[in-house]
Amino acid sequence: MSPAALELDSNWLPAGWAREKWQMRIRHITRHIAVFVLTTLIAGFLGATLVRFGPGFEADEQQLDPRLDATSIQALRASHAEERNLLAYYVHYLGRMATGDLGISRSFARPVSELLEQRAKVTLQLMGAGLAGGWALGLALAIPAVIYRAPLYDMVVTTFSGFFLCVPSAVLALLLFFANGPARFAIALLIFPKVFRYARNLLVDATMQPHVLAARARGLSGARIFFWHIVPFAAPQLLALAGVSLGMAFGAAIPIEVLCDFPGIGQLAWKAALARDLPVLVSLTILVAVFTQLTNSASDLAAALCTRERR
Amino acid sequence: MKRLLLSFAFAAASLMAQWGGELRFCLRSEPKTFHPLQVEDDASETVRYLTGGVLIRVNRLTQALEPELATSWKITQHGTAIVFQLRHNVTFSDGTPFTAEDVAFTMRALMDPALHSATGDAFRSGSGEVRTMVAADDRVTIVFPAPVAGLERLFDQVPMLSSRSPQKDMAVAGPFVLDKYTPGYEVLLKRNSHYWKTDATGRRLPYLDAIRLEIQQNREIEVARFQRGELHLINSIEPEVFHRLSAQTPSLVYDAGPSLESEMMWFNQNPSAAIPDYKKAWFRSKIFRRAISASINRADMCRVIYFGHAQPATGPISPANRFWYRAPSKPQAYNPAEARQRLLQDGFHLEDGALHDREGHPVEFSLVTNAGNKVRERMAAMIQQDLEAIGIKVNVVTLDFRSLIERISQNFRYEACLLGLTNYDLDPNSQMNVWLSSASNHQWYPSQAQPATVWEAEIDRLMRAQASTVVREKRKQYFDKVQEIVSDEAPFLYLVTKNSLSALSPKLLNASPAMIRPQAYWNAENLILSPAQLASNVR
Amino acid sequence: MKRLRQIAIGVLALIFAVSLFANFVAPAPYAMQFRDFVSSPASRHFLLGTDELGRDRWSRLLYGTRISLLLAPAAALLSTIMAVLIGGIAGYLGGWWDRIVLRIIDIFLSIPWLFLFLIVRAMLPLNTPPLESVVLTFSVMGLLGWAAPARIIRAGAQSLRNSDLVLHARACGCRGLRLLLVHIAPNLKPVVWAQFWIAVPTFILGEASLGLIGLGVAEPLPSWGNLLRELANPQVLMSNPWVLAPLGVLVVVVSCFQFLLPQKEFAQ
Repeated sequence: MSPAALELDSNWLPAGWAREKWQMRIRHITRHIAVFVLTTLIAGFLGATLVRFGPGFEADEQQLDPRLDATSIQALRASHAEERNLLAYYVHYLGRMATGDLGISRSFARPVSELLEQRAKVTLQLMGAGLAGGWALGLALAIPAVIYRAPLYDMVVTTFSGFFLCVPSAVLALLLFFANGPARFAIALLIFPKVFRYARNLLVDATMQPHVLAARARGLSGARIFFWHIVPFAAPQLLALAGVSLGMAFGAAIPIEVLCDFPGIGQLAWKAALARDLPVLVSLTILVAVFTQLTNSASDLAAALCTRERR
Repeated sequence: MKRLLLSFAFAAASLMAQWGGELRFCLRSEPKTFHPLQVEDDASETVRYLTGGVLIRVNRLTQALEPELATSWKITQHGTAIVFQLRHNVTFSDGTPFTAEDVAFTMRALMDPALHSATGDAFRSGSGEVRTMVAADDRVTIVFPAPVAGLERLFDQVPMLSSRSPQKDMAVAGPFVLDKYTPGYEVLLKRNSHYWKTDATGRRLPYLDAIRLEIQQNREIEVARFQRGELHLINSIEPEVFHRLSAQTPSLVYDAGPSLESEMMWFNQNPSAAIPDYKKAWFRSKIFRRAISASINRADMCRVIYFGHAQPATGPISPANRFWYRAPSKPQAYNPAEARQRLLQDGFHLEDGALHDREGHPVEFSLVTNAGNKVRERMAAMIQQDLEAIGIKVNVVTLDFRSLIERISQNFRYEACLLGLTNYDLDPNSQMNVWLSSASNHQWYPSQAQPATVWEAEIDRLMRAQASTVVREKRKQYFDKVQEIVSDEAPFLYLVTKNSLSALSPKLLNASPAMIRPQAYWNAENLILSPAQLASNVR
Repeated sequence: MKRLRQIAIGVLALIFAVSLFANFVAPAPYAMQFRDFVSSPASRHFLLGTDELGRDRWSRLLYGTRISLLLAPAAALLSTIMAVLIGGIAGYLGGWWDRIVLRIIDIFLSIPWLFLFLIVRAMLPLNTPPLESVVLTFSVMGLLGWAAPARIIRAGAQSLRNSDLVLHARACGCRGLRLLLVHIAPNLKPVVWAQFWIAVPTFILGEASLGLIGLGVAEPLPSWGNLLRELANPQVLMSNPWVLAPLGVLVVVVSCFQFLLPQKEFAQ
């Protein structure tokens, strides 16, 4: 064996092994990116299929205008010609998307990219406020339930959070609006009961683990037990919930935006669905697919790191 | 008397007018286009109305034609041509002079076959080209291939475009001009400083500095904002809201009387429809249709759903349409007992309270309407109960609008439909594509190769006859006969004619809501904000 | 807590019994329109007043409770079972199976499923009875509602798979289905029950949201969803506070559920 082969890298492995490890990482990342892209494309295609083959695709409200003559009505129906062959349309769409052109919205008569850019800001603000508020409130209520272990507190907070689970999000937003409150916090009021419920159960489950009992027996302080032994145990599932709560927030944003007239992505999605606006719906599906995968992957990664640290 | 008082009030207000201020009200959706000739939605139509200068304007209050950019006009050549004498010293919003060439340019653009504009289609009376002849800067003749019924009124919908302006279709001749559009939020219109109209003192109108059109779909939020004083008017309000506001502050709301809008239902009479043959037989029976019509309590609908702000409809023309309306000689009265009797005589029979046809099929059908329209959903529920009383079961199905349109216009997979009728024009010629049996909007059985029934053939003949003459009285005679046939055969069951309901802030002066769209701001150039409002507008 | 559970059982049983026997308890059919008493306040004849078509709110609440009380938990059960099966097995097996399921979940969460409700509604035969239509709506919600909780359950299963408990069980020779059912599934209970408890009102509210945008239960069938629609009009709320009655019943039922379901008691 040559002296070069016996050269060690900083991890005390032979240099060849380090290169192999690096190549494995690249292959791993490439595979992840490929799966990411494939999942996104499949989601976009499935969304497009739903729209294209759903009822009312080629119908238009203008058809009911008695002033339009037969030629105009034919022209109206023919305007969907490009979208009839779904596969061809999707391939063309992807080709245009590569150049940044997401097409023109049929219902808004504006470039889809422009619509998404303007409306994404509104939705992100709404979701951001909602998620931050929801998690803060949910954890703020769950943690004392675990630390103080008072059944009465538990019962009161559970009933309180249960109340907010029972009010439709859009109604909540409208009530906030009419009470001159910030309607954008309706999402927070919608999310916190779920966060509270999951977090409470997970943290309580964690308190009953043997390692926590052992830590208590050793006389560790409550705070130390909570942050070093309880939280890390519950972290993976809490992080999974974090990823899912983003989806919940977006789902809640749709009726809130529709009913309270926030010009965000949710309202765009609803109007595009009613109008069978294929360019917008395909773009939105792809956007949501990317967003969902990114958030879920981030939460999975964070969970994996927590699990490794715990070991 | 009310109109006289309003006129006095208007005159007095004009004399004491305060200039300036920003009017605020809402659009119910985003405008799809600002091109005046490509307007297809309500929001775009609002912007077009406020910015467009037209040759002739229909006064929404008196229903009379008034000169605007044209000082006079004359229909010649047996209704195939119209000669306009244009107003002098008129310019577009960018200062470009308005001449006959602009009229010709506008008509050429409007009649472009590639445009497929509803406004343009209304002018198409026959095959052949529409020609324009510019005799002088202030005189133009437009010649059509065939007579166009109600020709002058159609120009109310045609805003003039400039043929020479570098701003192209953004140069307008109306009272306001588009200043800023913030997608999703609002459209801001500012005063057109080149607007030709002046007030009694000779000062150039409009009184208002600007109009802010905020995009707000939620009606409850719109009402709340109106009550808070953030909005000055709501052009059209729901009867429930009207009832609530009038209980709180009666001075805020205005009922202008019957509008041109009505609600109606019809049965699918298309022989190729994918519904059972025995149901087709029911729907094609005049006795069945009239019995259903007699079983629906329209008075209850007007009272319960519209709080008295509607009236039972008797035909396709609203009583507010003074010239064209004809009361039916045999009005359809609410009489479920008689309706049941007629059905029993026609071969139907009752079994355990449920009506069956002569073959033993229980009489049951579905009624589709568009989802999200609370008024129609309630009407459908009332029809359900009314028909249950005579042993007929109705299944109410609400569909999103596109699914509904696909069923009633394309695949005809429906049994009965409940929808509204909006007349854009007083002249029934605009409904030609509803009454002609070959037309696609002949809802109960569209696009017929040959008229399926004798009465439909007669309607075809009468509608073509009224379209081919320019003598108004003659046209009315023809259309009266159409109304009589429709009343007798009941292809459409007309339910209610809605009243025109608006809400107006007390800070808004000179407003006199009419029953034709746009009800509350049809005289936008004459609207005034009170001095107190102007003070609060100062930022 | 035992006392609380007993009370919760009693309340739920009472509500369930009253709604089950709505045919006998309700003073009027839910569809009957008393057109001379439209939007009337609470009175001796109409305990909770009448709605905008003159229908007795109390009768509609009874019938609506029956429908929602049966269907929402059924839909929640369906979605929870699917989430446990798909997410739980994925987390337990790991590897390729786990990755594929995760991608399916991501695709599922990306597609505009609100659109699917439009399609389902539009494709139903027109003479489908309203009850069948609402059963189908809840079923679709149940079939679509598994993806988000599956992720959480999968994380839990994965965590348990790598835990000392399972390591010990494997060392003792426990494998496959027995390991899954005896050691992993019972320890997933906290998160599974939490998911079920949250899903019940979520599906009721889902139906209410569908109703707010016009895709709810067909007339004249009442459900908590379309009764809750009236809350969207705060003006009506202020003048007719008894429209809050369905919300009150829903809160009571949901609270009873959460006290009834096994919870982690605090370690003494």
